Amino acid sequence: MKSSGFQRVRIALLAAASVLMLCASLAVAQPGKPEAPLTFTSSAEEARFHHLATELRCVMCQNQSLADSNAQIARDLRREVLDLMRQGKSDREIKDFLVARYGEFVLYRPQVESTTWLLWFGPALVLLAGGFIVASVVRRRAGTATSVADDEQEW
Amino acid sequence: MSEPKPIVRRPLMRWAPLLVVGVLGLLLAAGVWMSRNPNREALPSPLIGKTAPAFELPVLHEAGRLFGTRDLQGAPYLLNVWGSWCPACRDEHPVLTRFAETKRVRVVGFNWNDEHADALRWLEEFGNPYWIVVTDRDSKAVIDWGIYGAPETFLVDGKGVVRWKFVGPLTDKVIADELLPKLAEIERGQ
Repeated sequence: MKSSGFQRVRIALLAAASVLMLCASLAVAQPGKPEAPLTFTSSAEEARFHHLATELRCVMCQNQSLADSNAQIARDLRREVLDLMRQGKSDREIKDFLVARYGEFVLYRPQVESTTWLLWFGPALVLLAGGFIVASVVRRRAGTATSVADDEQEW
Repeated sequence: MSEPKPIVRRPLMRWAPLLVVGVLGLLLAAGVWMSRNPNREALPSPLIGKTAPAFELPVLHEAGRLFGTRDLQGAPYLLNVWGSWCPACRDEHPVLTRFAETKRVRVVGFNWNDEHADALRWLEEFGNPYWIVVTDRDSKAVIDWGIYGAPETFLVDGKGVVRWKFVGPLTDKVIADELLPKLAEIERGQ
């Protein structure tokens, strides 16, 4: 139908506009320049680089990894990461280099520290708490099971 | 097992679901409240309280001259990252100009990843609020300073320690509420 086609186009436009507005709301701009692609000397270097780049977060577009982002700063940082690799720096040293400048935020997997223990162990704690509740409910039900009549069920 | 217990309906258990929903609602409200800051995506800089990374960069208006952090020592300065490609810098420009005209502190322009001619044209068109402008075309100093967009603004004290950073366009309110108090703190020697 024609009208539903229009509807679909309108929805698509609306979606596109809202994405654009979201980007604009960041209000921090990025220089745009074409980039010469990075060249790797070996496939091992390339593999290591890609692995590192997926573990690092793009600081500009915060829901993308360094590997995925097209922002200028991500390109500059990718180049920097490759430079550091060629200087013989370990993955740990490269991550520390970026954390010293941009903060913990650049790591997709934050270090286990006193400030991040809730992040690391919170889910296990919630699971444990849930387990306790279930166990106590089950134990209580087991004790009363024989006398529970159907018509007494409330929820 | 002992005798089957008679059912005791504890009134508290009746309210448990409501309690759970209430707690979840509170959590949601707390989340909304905590995200009220429109600038919440700005990353806190790990450089605050540390010595500003050294740079020595070409001066925009003088071919061949290098200028850097060493030349800035001894008095506080404001480092403002901008580029002619940056629309938010244009929004910020009148605010920054008004502030620079108070001559409270040296305002250093950090022209990032720009064409030389474009940068000069931009300043000519809108006016130059900067005491001096340095240019970084290969983004080395940008990475050292943890800069990830423009505009970004740093306040560095006379000893060369980064004291404050703001991501995004400065506003009169930000200057009055954050920058000026920090500057007063520095001037008191704290």
